[in-house]
Amino acid sequence: MKSKKHLLAAPYAAWAVIFIVVPLCMILYYGLTDKSGAFTLKNILAIATPGHARALWRSILLSLISTVLCFLLAYPLAMILAEKKGNSHGFIILIFILPMWMNFLLRTLAWQTLLEKTGVINGILAFLGLPALRIINTSYAIVLGMVYNFLPFMVLPLYNALSKIDENVIHAAEDLGANRIQTFFHIILPLSVPGIISGVTMVFVPALTTFVISTLLGGSKVLLIGNVIEQEFTQASNWHLGSGLSIVLMIFILINMVLTALFEKDESGT
Amino acid sequence: MVTDLKKIWCVIIISLVILITAGCGAGEENDNVVIVYNWGEYIDPDMLDLFEEETGIHVIYDEFETNETMYPRVEAGAAEYDVVCPSDYMISKMIQNDLLLELDFEKLPNARQNIGAQYWQQSEGFDPGNRYSVPYCWGTVGILYNRTMVDEPITSWKQLWDEKYRDEILMQDSVRDAFMVAEKIYGYSMNTLDEKELLTVRDALIDQKPLVQAYVIDQVRDKMIGGEAAIGVIYSGEAIYTQYENSDLEYVIPEEGTNVWIDSWVILKNAPHQENAIKFIDFMCRSDVALKNFEYITYSTPNEAAKALIEDEEIKNSPVAFPDLTRYDNLETYIYLGEEGDMLYNELWKEVKSY
Amino acid sequence: MRKTADFAKKIYTALIFLFLYAPIATLIVLSFNASKTRAKWGGFTMDWYLSLMQDETILDALGTTLLIAFLSALIASVIGTVACIAMSGMKRRSRTVLMGITNIPMLNADIVTGISLMLLFISLGLRFGFGTILLSHITFNIPYVILSVLPRMKQLNPSVYEAALDLGAPPLTAFFKVTLPDLMPGILSGFLMAFTMSLDDFIITHFTKGAGINTLSTKIYTEVRKGIKPEMYALSTIIFVTVLVLLFLINMTPDKAQRKTDGKEETA
Repeated sequence: MKSKKHLLAAPYAAWAVIFIVVPLCMILYYGLTDKSGAFTLKNILAIATPGHARALWRSILLSLISTVLCFLLAYPLAMILAEKKGNSHGFIILIFILPMWMNFLLRTLAWQTLLEKTGVINGILAFLGLPALRIINTSYAIVLGMVYNFLPFMVLPLYNALSKIDENVIHAAEDLGANRIQTFFHIILPLSVPGIISGVTMVFVPALTTFVISTLLGGSKVLLIGNVIEQEFTQASNWHLGSGLSIVLMIFILINMVLTALFEKDESGT
Repeated sequence: MVTDLKKIWCVIIISLVILITAGCGAGEENDNVVIVYNWGEYIDPDMLDLFEEETGIHVIYDEFETNETMYPRVEAGAAEYDVVCPSDYMISKMIQNDLLLELDFEKLPNARQNIGAQYWQQSEGFDPGNRYSVPYCWGTVGILYNRTMVDEPITSWKQLWDEKYRDEILMQDSVRDAFMVAEKIYGYSMNTLDEKELLTVRDALIDQKPLVQAYVIDQVRDKMIGGEAAIGVIYSGEAIYTQYENSDLEYVIPEEGTNVWIDSWVILKNAPHQENAIKFIDFMCRSDVALKNFEYITYSTPNEAAKALIEDEEIKNSPVAFPDLTRYDNLETYIYLGEEGDMLYNELWKEVKSY
Repeated sequence: MRKTADFAKKIYTALIFLFLYAPIATLIVLSFNASKTRAKWGGFTMDWYLSLMQDETILDALGTTLLIAFLSALIASVIGTVACIAMSGMKRRSRTVLMGITNIPMLNADIVTGISLMLLFISLGLRFGFGTILLSHITFNIPYVILSVLPRMKQLNPSVYEAALDLGAPPLTAFFKVTLPDLMPGILSGFLMAFTMSLDDFIITHFTKGAGINTLSTKIYTEVRKGIKPEMYALSTIIFVTVLVLLFLINMTPDKAQRKTDGKEETA
């Protein structure tokens, strides 16, 4: 039986090749050729033109800020949640997943409604006699949208990692005279690294590549690399350039993966 | 054991095939359809129902936001459409790229009778010989402003660069309309390909960017009605509707001149339902249908017979709904700039947007 | 000291919950707002719910969304489970390769996945529509199923299956009676995960949809860009309440069963 079992992999292997590998090869093909089909690097080097470079730089900056903010907000929360072991824990997780069941666009739309010049928050501020908040259509609104949308992606892996930590280890550290800060930096933080890594990846990648949040909350004033790629396909119909820029984007995702993998190895080594 | 494996295989593969073909087939049950690709909010939905009722042809209706988003979908041929309603310069691009079907005007009696002669003549500019397109709506691009939020009458595109209106300005998020505004200020042609002129225009748009609240398209209408912004670049057809919703709003054609456009029905060469498409276009040209559409979308109709049916004298003689274009001497229509030209405009627009 | 810390923790949790739920609460309140503009409260109304019920395009989109989510999650569960069983019998190297490929759709950007599938479908000459959306959703759903079934697979005790064979059960029977029930929790959570991902997807659908077909996401995207209809608020309220009720039902009723599985996990 064992020798035959692997044959069952054929349907999925075929599926994976047709719908995952071949499509990626097509992006590579389009990205490395021009309209006549000749090999060229110009679609990839196009990232260096001022418009594209600025869009990429801004994407990296905003997604890094969002990732850091998500981490800072999520870590204390995950620790608090992880303390509460027992029958309520499944419920708490569900509460965090619940907003994800609301449509992603509706959640973002909610922020548009809140932040607009004549929106809900400004209505309340005006009622209280406070100055209006003007962050809609700026990078701030986009960071807010990213943090809001991707926060659960950070909380859940952190929570999983933290709740797996054996309490005895912490008690042992305390018995040996470590104070709370030492316990945190020497025990809890290192043990939660796997959660941190998967949380960071799950926030950074979608934030880096989004075009929806920047469109809905940025008023099309803030151009991210995701917007550029989307527009090359849906407006400029320059698939070669769009594919070339996608390759650049994949390189950045790859760098992120390699960095986190290295970090993971490092941590587990010590 | 091998036969067991085979059984599992068969069951899985067969069920997959059935499910997927069932899925793919779901849309194809009814072949008596016409697939229409139109601008957002650009038709009275009751007219689609009426068409279905009268002809028994089911309408599959899809919407696009700009000419630029329409074109790649049509060109790729992946999503099949029959009837599309692009603007002038896009029609000429589609003709040049051999995407359009030559229309049989024998089968379009309503179009021949009801569309005014001057519109056919105007169409010659992008469709020589009137072979591919039937005019549906026309208008200008102008400024809509809220009288209570500005302290002077708006008359010029230049006022969109006025520091006073920081964060109160809405620009069109489409490359040709955005460039046109700046080109007109410098007195350039809106179809210029002169590199020096275009760089000047790009820099002007970059200068303007901090003052702009947002680059939007269909949202200009709601934002202006809701008092989100004081000044917006908008198509003339929205003027009547927005004024009706918010009487503080005023539409003006700036003194530097502007773009006169026509949106026309065309049929795609690879359209799967060409006969139904012709019927659909002719139905849209019927005077009662055109009237209903005009009343719903309030864009100027080239349908003279429908215009004659308008009861409200005020609207019929309104300079906003039906401007006398002979009064302006600096109007222009976009023309297709060729592939290189398109790319140049796109590149510069990206530089503006990323700044 | 301990009390203040507890208090601070409660405040912090409450603030985060406020951050997560305030926008949703706003949508719900606005769905009852008679005034069309968001800034003003024009009195209580149920009109938007009524007109939502009559809006065929939105209801169509809802139907398509649910159908696609269900079918894609189901098919992905079948393919994914079979793949997991197969992988347990594979050599290390080929398993690593297959898992590597499996990880691609999860780690890659949605926009790249969407575009790559669009390019594939165009070159295959497929007609864009329900079928292409379904194929793409199955593709990005399979990894979620595999990742939740595989850990269960590793916990399986192969001797139970072999014992069934020794007792004379045909392999298929043995599989359905012995292996599958043990895998079921993993498959179920994979199915749910896939269902959720499919419901929430916009980007990949955006690139692979065809004429006249919309999922809720793509419908909402076009609506939002046009200026939002209040019906959308009503729709989000309905979705939210439905999910909330479902979650409560799942969480409330099988209290004992819940504790049992909890206990199992802890001993495992």
